Order: sequence, then C-alpha cells, then structure tokens
Amino acid sequence: MSVATATVSGRVTPKLSLDRRYLPVIGTVVVFLLMLLVGGVRYESFLSPAVISNLFINNAHLIVLATGMTFVILTGGIDLSVGAVLALSSVITATLLQAGIPLIIVLPVALLAGSVIGLGMGVMIQYFEVQPFVATLAGMFLARGLCFIFAPQSVPIRDQGFVSLTNWGLTVGRWRLTAAVVIALLVVVGALWVLHRTRFGRTVYAVGGGEQSATLMGLRVARTKVLVYVISGTCASLAGILFAMFSRSGYALTGVGMELDAIAAVVIGGTLLVGGMGFVAGSLVGVMVLGLIQTIITFEGTLSSWWTKIVIGVLLLVFVILQRILSLRRT
Amino acid sequence: MTRIYKHRLFWPLVALAALLLACSIKRPDILGITVLDGHLFGAPIDILRNSAPLLLVALGMTLVIATRGIDLSVGATVAIAGAVALTFIASSDQPGSLGTALGAIFVAVGLCFLLGCFNGLLVAKFGIQPIIATLILMTAGRGMAMLITNGQITTVTSAPFSSLASGFLMGLPVAAIIAYGVYLVVSILVRRTALGMLLESVGINPEASRLAGVKSKTLVFTVYALCGLLAGLAGLIFASNTMAADANNAGLFIELDAILAVVIGGTSLAGGKFNLSGTLIGVLIITTLSLTVTVLGVSPLVTSLFKAIVVIAVTLMMSTRLRTMLAGLRERRRFQEVSA
Repeated sequence: MSVATATVSGRVTPKLSLDRRYLPVIGTVVVFLLMLLVGGVRYESFLSPAVISNLFINNAHLIVLATGMTFVILTGGIDLSVGAVLALSSVITATLLQAGIPLIIVLPVALLAGSVIGLGMGVMIQYFEVQPFVATLAGMFLARGLCFIFAPQSVPIRDQGFVSLTNWGLTVGRWRLTAAVVIALLVVVGALWVLHRTRFGRTVYAVGGGEQSATLMGLRVARTKVLVYVISGTCASLAGILFAMFSRSGYALTGVGMELDAIAAVVIGGTLLVGGMGFVAGSLVGVMVLGLIQTIITFEGTLSSWWTKIVIGVLLLVFVILQRILSLRRT
Repeated sequence: MTRIYKHRLFWPLVALAALLLACSIKRPDILGITVLDGHLFGAPIDILRNSAPLLLVALGMTLVIATRGIDLSVGATVAIAGAVALTFIASSDQPGSLGTALGAIFVAVGLCFLLGCFNGLLVAKFGIQPIIATLILMTAGRGMAMLITNGQITTVTSAPFSSLASGFLMGLPVAAIIAYGVYLVVSILVRRTALGMLLESVGINPEASRLAGVKSKTLVFTVYALCGLLAGLAGLIFASNTMAADANNAGLFIELDAILAVVIGGTSLAGGKFNLSGTLIGVLIITTLSLTVTVLGVSPLVTSLFKAIVVIAVTLMMSTRLRTMLAGLRERRRFQEVSA
C-alpha cells in the first residue's frame, strides 16, 4: 500500500501510520459499522445474510452510478445527467428488446448511448468552456426528453435471454448474489484498478489537485477531462441496464433525482467536491450507508418513508462539517 | 450592425423571438391581448403570470451566482412554503378570513427566510462549498415538507389566499405584479447603489475584496437569506395556484430552471458580473418554451428535449471558443477571396 501512496501523493508515508487522506473514508466505514451495530441490537434478524444481500441487490445500480460519478468529481467536475441517462438506457433496452432485436445488439447500443452523451458533455465542457454544471444539466434534459420520444409509457421486458440473465444468481447458504450485483462489484474493482494502477487514473487525481500544474507537468488534461464524462455516462447507461434487470421494464420516469443520491453517496464516501481527493471504495461504502438508512427505516416500521430524506440530509450535514474541520486543521 | 450582433443579450433575444414567431406562425392571433371584465387576457399575459414564481427564484439565484455560489435548495424551499402556508390555513378556525391568509403568508415566508439563513450560515460562516451546503437542504427539505403535510396533499379553500395567483389588480394578474414588482425593487437596489458592485467583487475575488474592506461574509450570508425568502414567495404563488400543498411535486426542478434562466441570460456560473435583465429574458424564454411546445402540438413530456436544445445552442453561441472559430473561418474565406 505504501508504494501506491507514495506515487499518488508524491511523498513517502511510513508503513502503518495513518494517512490523513484516509480519515474521511474511515469515518464513513465507522458510521456504517455503527449503523449495522445499532440495527443489529434494535431489531431481530437485522444482521441476517438476507438483509445484507438485499442491501447490495437493491443498490447495484447506485453503486455503478456512484463509481462513475467519483471519476468526474475527482477532476473537480459534476455530472447531473446520470439519473436521466440511466432512464434512457433502460428505455432503449426495453424498447429494442420488444421490437425483437437480439440481446447481443441491444446491450451495446444501450451502453453506447450513455458514452455518446458523456462524450458530448465532455467536449462542451473542455472545448467550449461551458461549466460542468450547465453542460450536464443540458445532458440531463436531453436524455430525459429522448426517453419520452422512445417510449412515453412503461415498457415490460419479456425477452428470454434478458429474463434468464436477471434470474441468474449465486446462492451460498442464505447469501445471495444476482448478476447485477456481480457486475456492479466488477465495475468497482475495475475503477479501483484504473484509478490507482494506470497513468490515466493518476492524471485524474492530478487534474483535480490542480489543473494548471497538471498541464504544466505535460499531462494530457484535455483528454482526461473529456474521458471522465464518457466513463460517467457509460457507467450511467450500465446502471440503466442493471435497473432494467431489477425492474424488468424500461420507464422514462425512472431515476428522477438519482443523480443526487449518487452525489450524496460520493460525498458521504469522503470525496471532496473540489476534486483531487477521494476513493471509489469510499463511494461504495457511501452507497451502503444510504441503503442502510432505508433498511433501518423499513425495519422501524412506524417511521414514514420521508424520514429517509431527512436523515440523509442530516448525515450529509454532519459529514460535510467534519470534512471541513479536517481540511481546516490540515492547512 | 456588428455591435448589435456582439451584444451579450443578442442570442437570448433571438431565441425568445424565434419561440414567439413559432407560436404565431401556427396560431397568428396568439399574441393578441383582449380585455374581459376589466382584466387583460391573452397569451402574453399568461406568460407574465406563469413566469412569476420562476422569476422570483431566478432573481435570488442570480445574486447567489454572482457571489460564486449556487442554491440547489430553492425547489425544496418552494415546497416547504406551500406546505406551511396551507397547513396553517387548514388548521385555523376561519380558513376564509383575510387575517388567516396574511398569517399564513407571514409564517411561510419567515420560515423560508430562516432556511435561507441556514444556507448562508453554512456557506459564509463555515466555508462549505455552496453546491454541497445547499444540497443538504435540497435533500432534507422535501422530507420536511412531507413531515409538515403529514405525507398528504393538503387542500384548502381561502379566497384571499387564492387571489395571490388567480387575482387581478388594475387589470393585471396579482402574481405578475408581485414578481415583477420585487424584480424592479431588487434591480434598483443593486444597480442604483454600490451593492451590486460589491456582490460582483466578492464573486470575482473573495479574498481581494475582503482585503479591500468589503464585508464579503455578510454579503454572501445576505444573498442566501434573500434567495430563501424569494423562493418562499414563489412557493406561496405555486400553492395558491393549485390551493394544494404537494410536497413531492411543488417546485420540482425549479432550481434547475432558475439556473438555466440565469445562464441563458449571460451570467457566468463562475461568479462575478451578473446581469438581471438577462435573467428576466432567460425566465421569459423558459416560460414561453412551454407555451410554444403546447401550441405546436408536441407532447409536453418532450419539453425537456427542447430545453436541452435551447441551452446547448445559447451556451455554445456565447462561448468565446466557438466565436473565435467562426471568426477564423470568415477570415480564411476572405483571405481566399482576396488571393483568388
């Protein structure tokens, strides 16, 4: 680990000493464990394999979204289009499958839709100097509008191949893994590898740490900044396919506001929105924390669903203030 | 001619004119105004009235953006204002009286002002990035509105309150008078005093303006508080329009529309110079867009596609890069003509 640390941050940290950069992530993990503990004490069968498995199954699409979002936020950008792109890819998948087009063609087309939108936004941001917030907002409106052109109503998926894919699952004892969860976890592992073991990944951190310095160092800043939006768009359309597997349908109004869940997960996961600092693994834990809030409120039974939003808001507040205190102490 | 072409409001105005033109080609009589019972009626009046909530929100948003900030929580604030006002009226003994309506308005706007202060505190005092600071209230706010209405859509009947949206004063809709009145007051306040310039200085360089003696923290705090207050007013107009407090859907995406209006109007999200007349045109474009889509007989669900096209077109036309590229192209053509 210390080798990777040295190359990323440019300074050698002695083994076994705690790097400051890991503090936010460790905080998130502590909160996650505390929530598990509280849930386990309060409710019977909370810490059962079924509950934990469902945590992953219900949030597989959000894991993929948050992973893509982490790339963008690490460069100091933001991507508001992911919720709409998720809907677009699920609608494309459902409509094309209904038209009888084979799965082997449908899936790449749906995936490519997100990449193309991401590429468009990246080019707008990098070459036409449109702010990321505005460019991805336009992408969001574009994708949502396209959804309704494809299918204003919910489209069920009955394709044999797709259904058998959704039914596939690994069961070990009472633990269960669906195809969607496996894909989501593979995406996380892939992202970890790209960010920490490739030149592109290191450039992502460098751009977020200081774009001008990165340019002066001769790094390929422009290419990187466009590519992160392509990655985020592709992740969003992959998440759309996972969501279509989850709901076995495509509907134009899915994923409204899901970009905020993804951003919240990334922030709770300890990634700074100014860029340059954060980890994909943190975002994964962030998604799990969000999912666990939902689970606890379901277990509580008497609490209404809107408490979820309030608790997420309060948690965001606590994390943001803690991060602020941490970064103040460092300077 | 080139000077008109280069004016920063040229492209937004072209977009607005194009939308109105598209309407009148389909229905030539649409831009006419008729007088009925002493009130003015017609599509232009409708646009003025329908633009009222968005104008109020976009006005606050412009000032926030001028200080290099952003306020994502206005949509949630709109929902809270409606929820508080209608719950207040529903729980009172005389829901129809003027006093109750005024009380509801006062309580709702006051609470929204406090919510704005909360945002201001996070941004100005704790130095948290605006986008995150306001994301907190954006997430929690709708939950709070649900809490107030108990998860139901509260409906009430109160003649004084409903006149906020549907009433007429001197032939003009009350909602439009409120919104455009507030717009005028704020415009005069920031442009006839040094306030606007101070806001711009904070947006251009917070540290330098602080060293120059500008109380940047107080200013930033104030614009967020004002933004919350204006969003509260917008929420009241929304609620009075339907007389129902819908915590889930009231003001949904109004923050995005407001940011769009500001950007279309030529104010950069990077802060600094702001343009209130541009924001007004941006608001009119977005409101007219939904009218155009309806008149052209396109499904209103596809409105967002047109919004995307307008945003992409306007932001690209305003980008300096594209302008230099086009200028270079023209230059080259002239060169070729000369050498030929």
